[in-house]
Amino acid sequence: MSALMISLDSLAPVSSMDAMLAKETSGGCASSSCGSSAKPDDMDLAIWEKIKDHPCYSEEAHHYFARMHVAVAPACNIQCNYCNRKYDCANESRPGVVSEKLTPDQARRKVIAVANEVPQLSVLGIAGPGDACYDWRKTKATFDDVSREIPDIKLCISTNGLALPDHVDELAEMNVDHVTITINMVAPEIGTKIYPWIFYQNRRYTGLEASQILHERQMLGLEMLTARGILTKINSVMIPGVNDEHLIEVNKWVKERGAFLHNVMPLISDPAHGTYFGLTGQRGPKAMELKALQDKLEGGAKLMRHCRQCRADAVGLLGEDRGQEFTLDQIPDEVAYDPARRETYREAVARERGDHAAAKQAAVTTVKGTEANGTLLVAVATKGGGRINEHFGHAREFQVYEASPKGISFVGHRKVEQYCMGGFGEDATLDGVIEALEGIDVVLCARIGDCPKDSLIAAGIRATDAYGFDYIETAIGALYAAEFGLELLAESA
Amino acid sequence: MAFKIIASQCTQCSACEFECPTGAIKFKGETYVIDPNKCTECDGYFDTQQCAAVCPVPKTCVPA
Repeated sequence: MSALMISLDSLAPVSSMDAMLAKETSGGCASSSCGSSAKPDDMDLAIWEKIKDHPCYSEEAHHYFARMHVAVAPACNIQCNYCNRKYDCANESRPGVVSEKLTPDQARRKVIAVANEVPQLSVLGIAGPGDACYDWRKTKATFDDVSREIPDIKLCISTNGLALPDHVDELAEMNVDHVTITINMVAPEIGTKIYPWIFYQNRRYTGLEASQILHERQMLGLEMLTARGILTKINSVMIPGVNDEHLIEVNKWVKERGAFLHNVMPLISDPAHGTYFGLTGQRGPKAMELKALQDKLEGGAKLMRHCRQCRADAVGLLGEDRGQEFTLDQIPDEVAYDPARRETYREAVARERGDHAAAKQAAVTTVKGTEANGTLLVAVATKGGGRINEHFGHAREFQVYEASPKGISFVGHRKVEQYCMGGFGEDATLDGVIEALEGIDVVLCARIGDCPKDSLIAAGIRATDAYGFDYIETAIGALYAAEFGLELLAESA
Repeated sequence: MAFKIIASQCTQCSACEFECPTGAIKFKGETYVIDPNKCTECDGYFDTQQCAAVCPVPKTCVPA
């Protein structure tokens, strides 16, 4: 395990980063593609510059960069059937949930505290817990305060779109270059099953009229953002039997209006959350159903498949949430921003990224266009940095990749309960993990014991730690080659 | 002629505060409170009581 890998671990102290950088510069470059960009071939450079460090807009960036949401906007102007504003719990992780609401000044202090502690931080988002455009004064005050102190932090918001057209000009002025709109329908009759009411121009609307207004405002807002060159991500909640097939239509509409990304997320409808859908027994989709719909949407608006449906006060890399480390009572009254750690980390990532991109390219070339007409679904335990560096028993999620003659691509993630607690594995938990891994052929991790390995085999899932600490794609390329008898085109990283 | 907020049901989302045309709603202690001397039930401003129309929790902004 090289010093570089340690440096990209989430808790790397500055000293090890410095040591690593010194080592890096003296030792020259490990890969011939030094400084090569990870930019996809089909993307224009200006857009890549905007998204390359944004974990929610670039699947590649989400291995390296962290976002934080500040919960300054609790007020909302619509009601969705998958949302209950009364319910909150520190152990829940889903949109609209927060532990504490913040004033813009408290948010400023929190962002600085996080920026000093979490070098991966690149993005500040306001995702409610209500609507960032409706609760506009607090959103704007927060962005103004934070930008003054940390000018290079990217700003983004999440909105239902109803109040969006009123603020597009201000968003452009504030350099907010990423906006997420939640669009669940483009047909008001479907909207009536999702939105019981909206509050618009001083009155409450219900039924078809509510959905009609919401739909028109969403489309107007999207068109206005596109006209100003602001990148848009469209979130859609997949509700089986309500809008699942309809999301194909939504995808078409948003693509026509210039949406950059479409993120289809599964409905979360636990009855304990007290939402309308939770109480009426409306089920969410299974992981494989979600994947099937996402596969159907390929070729339309580009899909985001790495969303973790995080809380409105989440902090950290997409697969983790360090929000509980940064509650108000742990943040001093006076904080000063120190850019050193973020800068050091960025330099390290820039180097690692070039190397990773080259390794990924080689692995993809190995599997691409082969005669072997096989598909492998691989689940990876990772702590970030694009490597297989998490123990099976410590994983709280597995990242899912698909290898086929089309290439190697990230297709989703599976949340699991941590199997190993204090050195002991719980059989009941393992059953849950195996259930979550439905449809997976192989699990890759840094370490796995014989006992869980055997249980997985009995369920038809192979697991190996043979590729521990390799780049994810390199390992999958090698695995695919071994599986289908191909020649490896690259040295392993 | 005034509305009140059922404190136990209020989520402290603040929407009523900035929709209120008379500035009758303020955050006090743990919840939002309507000042009965300032509340006009939106008479002369809107057809419906704004706090009740925007409140996400049913039957929480109600006649006092």
